[in-house]
Formats: sequence, C-alpha cells, structure tokens
Amino acid sequence: MAGALARIVQGTKSHLGIAGPLVSITSGSVRFQQTESQGKTKYGPLADADRVFTNLYGRHDWRLKGALARGDWYMTKNILEKGTDWIVNELKTSGLRGRGGAGFPTGMKWSFMNKPSDGRPKYLVVNADEGEPGTCKDREIMRHDPHKLIEGCLIAGRAMGAQAAYIYIRGEFYNEASNLQVAIAEAYQAGLIGKNSCGSGYDFDVFVHRGAGAYICGEETALIESIEGKQGKPRLKPPFPADVGLFGCPTTVNNVETIAVSPTICRRGGKWFASFGRTRNSGTKLFNISGHVNTPCTVEEEMSIPLKELIERHAGGVCGGWDNLLAIIPGGSSTPLIPKHVCETVLMDFDGLVAAQTSLGTAAIIVMDKSTDIVKAIARLIMFYKHESCGQCTPCREGVSWMNKMIYRFVEGNASPKEIDMLWEISKQIEGHTICALGDGAAWPVQGLIRHFRPELERRMQTYAMTHGPSKAERLY
Amino acid sequence: MLSSLRSGVQGLWRASSRALQTTSTLQHDSLFVHRDTPEDNPNIAFEFTPENQQRIDALLAIYPEGHKRGAMIPLLDLAQRQNGGWLPISAMHKVAELLSLPRMRVYEVATFYTMFIRRPIGKYHLQVCTTTPCWLRGSDAVLKAIVDATGCEVGGNSPCGKFSISEVECLGACVNAPMVQVNDDYYEDLTVEDTKEIIEKLKRDEKPKPGPRSGRFASEPLGGLTSLTEEPTGPGYGLQDGLKA
Repeated sequence: MAGALARIVQGTKSHLGIAGPLVSITSGSVRFQQTESQGKTKYGPLADADRVFTNLYGRHDWRLKGALARGDWYMTKNILEKGTDWIVNELKTSGLRGRGGAGFPTGMKWSFMNKPSDGRPKYLVVNADEGEPGTCKDREIMRHDPHKLIEGCLIAGRAMGAQAAYIYIRGEFYNEASNLQVAIAEAYQAGLIGKNSCGSGYDFDVFVHRGAGAYICGEETALIESIEGKQGKPRLKPPFPADVGLFGCPTTVNNVETIAVSPTICRRGGKWFASFGRTRNSGTKLFNISGHVNTPCTVEEEMSIPLKELIERHAGGVCGGWDNLLAIIPGGSSTPLIPKHVCETVLMDFDGLVAAQTSLGTAAIIVMDKSTDIVKAIARLIMFYKHESCGQCTPCREGVSWMNKMIYRFVEGNASPKEIDMLWEISKQIEGHTICALGDGAAWPVQGLIRHFRPELERRMQTYAMTHGPSKAERLY
Repeated sequence: MLSSLRSGVQGLWRASSRALQTTSTLQHDSLFVHRDTPEDNPNIAFEFTPENQQRIDALLAIYPEGHKRGAMIPLLDLAQRQNGGWLPISAMHKVAELLSLPRMRVYEVATFYTMFIRRPIGKYHLQVCTTTPCWLRGSDAVLKAIVDATGCEVGGNSPCGKFSISEVECLGACVNAPMVQVNDDYYEDLTVEDTKEIIEKLKRDEKPKPGPRSGRFASEPLGGLTSLTEEPTGPGYGLQDGLKA
C-alpha cells in the first residue's frame, strides 16, 4: 500500500516541532494554489531516450550483462565518491517526490538521516510490498530491471550513510523475489555491492526479506515491525523511523520506484529530471492503467500528462469510446474517484489531482465504463480494507466493518437516504483518527462515491423501495 | 397524539430489533484459534530437512545479532513449503525453539499473515483475485469457472484433495487482470476458457505455462508497443557535466 496511505504531512511534523500541527491543518489549502509560472505548457509524450525504465516490458536481458549494456552501474563509483551532500543535492534539484503515494520530497527525506551519528547503524528499507489495488509498477521493476533497484539502494545508502538495505517484498511475488535475489548475487560477485562496493571503499549489503501477505505491511512502521518478525501493526509516530526505526536504529523507508530512479537522476542530473512535468511535480512516472480500457498496460510517462491523453495514447482508449466512461480512480484504491467531466481536463500530477479533490497516490489508474456497477466497485474496495485492517485502532477496525455492511446494502438499495449522510459521517470519524493511514485510505473511496454519485445511491434506494416496500433502515430511522 | 403513539411503537420496535454486534475476530475468513485434529496436533513431530537447515542458517545470517527474530516470517514460510503448503502447529513450535522465543510470539505472527495456512490444503492452491480491478475485467466468471471445474468451494478443498480455492485480495497484477495465482505462479489475462484449460492441465499434473494468456509477454499494451520501441540507450547516455571529468 506504500505511501498512498502515508499521510502527506508525514515527516514534516517532527522536523517543524511545535509548528507541525499547524502545517498539517493548512496544507490542504496551500496545496490548491497553483500560482507559479510553469516553464512548459504541454506535457508528454515522453521520448524513449528519456525513459528511465528501458526494460519495463522485459524484452531485453534483465541480468547483469543486459543491465550493464543499458547503462546501469555506469560510473557508480564516481557518484559514490562525490559524497552524501552531492547526491542529496542532486535529488533535491530533481524535485523527486516519493513514488509510493504520499509524495514526500525524497532529497529532504534522505537529508534527515544525516544527523550526527550516535554510533547506531543506519538502515535503508525498500518498500516492495506492493498491494494497493490497481498498482503493479514495482513488480515490473523487480522482475525486469532489478539492477536499477540494487544500484539505487547503494546510492541511497551512501547518501544517508546506511550500512545495509532490506528490500521488503510481498510474499506473493515469489518469482519477482527470485529474480531480485539472482541480481543481488550477481552484484555481490561482481563486487558492485558488499565489502568495498564498486571499489569506493564503502561497505554496503542488500538483503531481501519476503513478507507473507498483509497489505498493512506497506505502511512504513508496520513494514519495520514485520521485518523484525512481529505482527505488521503500525507504530505510533513520533519517534519517526529516521530516529528509531528498524531494530531501533535510524531508518528510511522508500518505495521501489523512488530508489530505482535515483541512479539515473544522479547520472543525468537533477536538472534533467526536473525538466519534466510541472514545478513541484517533476519527473517521469510509471502509470498503471487497468480496468475498462482496450489495452491495459504499465507505461512510463512524463508527470502532468493529461489523463485523457494518457489513456488514449497508451491504453487504446476506454472500452466503447471516451463517451462510455463513467469514472476513474486515478491513484490506486485509496484515492477518491473522479467522474467523467473531471477526467476530461485533469493533469496527472500531485497538485492537479489534489485540486480535483483526489490524489496521485501510486498513479494506478482504474478506469470504469458505463457498464460498471459503481457502488459495487467501491463496496468491493471497502471489503478489501475490512479484510486488511490490522485491528489495532478501533475507528478503523470497527468503522470499516460498519461501512462495509452499509455499503453492501447500498448496492441493492436496501437503505434509507438518511444513511448516506451517516456513512459520510462514519468515514469522517475514521479519517485521521487512526495510527496509520489505512483508515484514511478506506474512508476516501466512500467519500468520493458520495461526493459524485449521490443521485445514483438515492435512485437505487427509491427503486428498491418501489419493489420491496420501505427498507428496514427506512422504517427504523 | 397519533404520531406520538406511532413514534412510541417505533421506538419499541427499534429497541427490540437491534442486532448484536460481532467483533472483528469473527469477521475474519479463517479461524484464529487452533483445534487439535488428527492431521494437526502438537504430538506430530516436525523437523526441518538438512537442505532447509542450510537455508535457515543463510536466512538467520541477514539479521543482526540480537534481532534474529526477524527471520520468523521466512522460517515459517520455509516450514510451510516443506510441509506441502500448510503450516502445522508443531512447525510453529519448532520455529519458536529455533529462535528461542515463547510459542505465543510465533502464533501471533502465523495468525496475522494470510499466507500462512493453518489447515491441510490441496496440492494446488488456487488464489483468485477478486478485488475491483480484476472484478472489472471479469474475475467473477473466472472464479465460477474454477469452482465448477474443481468441484471445490471457495475456502475449502476439492473432493479429490488436489485443489484448494481462496478468494484473495489484490495480488498486484492489475494491468494483467483477471488473474489467478497457483502456488507460486501467476496466470494472467484469463478468460473462462483459459481457466478451464489450466485446471484440466493441473488435474493431469502438467504444469501450464505461467504468465499472460492473451499473447503478450508482460504488461505492455496488447497489439503493438506505444513506447520503448527504440533500442535502449547505452552506458553514459546523457551524462551530466558534474560527472564528466
């Protein structure tokens, strides 16, 4: 689930001290402003030479030989020798924001690790517990471009002075984990990682840890708990992982895509990366387009590309034509859906989607055409969250179950229109009242549904009442 | 007055019709508690094979001293693989012994993660993803085809003992929906016919070819690439000035 669930303000609070809570309150409104002048007016399509993941479709050799031919591990030693500040600065210049969903600036996140050492080792943890419905980008990286990820681990590790990286891969990805393990073994044998990595004098290990099927382990602190061999239940923050993380040591948790793009950023320069997309949303991004499109696919594109162009160019358009579109979930299951009229113009980046009252999340686009039972589609997502709630916080454990029960009645229309507001209120009571952001992620799809499809819900209830008489809920309330 | 009478009656009815609340443990899809059965009880000994002993040493080596507990999930997974796809209670005890932990710590983990199956299952564990992206592309029909072809209920074992079916949450192959995981392999871009063919092959213990069934290789758009049509760029392409010495 990665960071689609990590709250946007994560990280900033601890570093702003007492002003932290203020920032979290105002961030919503600040982020709507899009006043800066943009250097470009047209975004996408991306040229092949500017794509980072050149073996996304596995048409070339994924092993070390093929990776070297595609330019991985080129001048890695020189990059490592440039040192921490240089690498962090390149990342800051690039404007890279975490690709797991929360969009926290990566350069800043890495710089939190460079506090004076107190003797504890530091760790890099890579979040490959990809489980957000709609998202399947990290899988392609791990099975077809694993060396990009390993090189990224080394560079990120150097930037934060970590001694080892743990890649936490979801247990279902058995074949992907084995590709990754083979690539790691190759890198060790070639002297690229391990003692004196790339001949730079820096020791760095990369380990793979397979999970065992729990979406919640994509939350960073739950992931840390899981590597420690415990139940994947998120920890309270603060202390943030940058202070007390894996095995009690300073830790940074990053998404696979974030880590895998960092070597290319260092090689081609932060300015090159920042030249794509709008200001504050820069770079290239892997988009997963699934659902009712003619040719579902994973594709790397420029940030800020219009949603409509993305779907028509790469996914062969919506089934039955653009006019057959009902709604789109733009960033994985946790993000609220947007109806067709919003999809016409919206730009696929952090700010563009926040302005449309949704979020970029993991950029997993789920397209639904007019044949879709939209209420059932959302109900199925709520069932997912009910299943995956770790059961630690009451609002999420009980609230999501309530929402699940209610929304499955809404599918048939066996409910009272007053319950729509009640459902909205439950979702608001879950949101923000839990340790991690799974509760938020469960509440947002429901809120999106009510925001845009309330007439549809009411129509169903009327139809039900006409055939079955007033529902039990109608008689009660 | 009539209205007050009505509201009174309604109030009574409301009080009497209030449903009992159940806790989330009962809403989970598998039982949390262990019940001794002839196949699964603490008296059945469990030992790791010598090959797996070596794997255990390798797994323990990646965790720092004092935090060997980190190897718990990999060890349980190893035990489950050795035991034919499910995790008996004696294997949990063995893992607790190896890690010098109270047994409870292992029970906690084994019940939390859905990939640990604490009941005997068939040789082929068919996990059908039915979350929204797969559902939109017709996973209901795929699930029905599997249930019909194997004669096995969702969450149960088939009469022949060869198959077990689970309805699972997102398996992370949404672009290749609908999909089914059979043991470790993903079968993607399925139609009802493909599904039947896979089951037929499994019944004969042949291994169907994993991966997408629609003719594509991975997650590229079917019927022609829209990107990455050129040869990949080589080492040093677009190198920044800061690295040119």
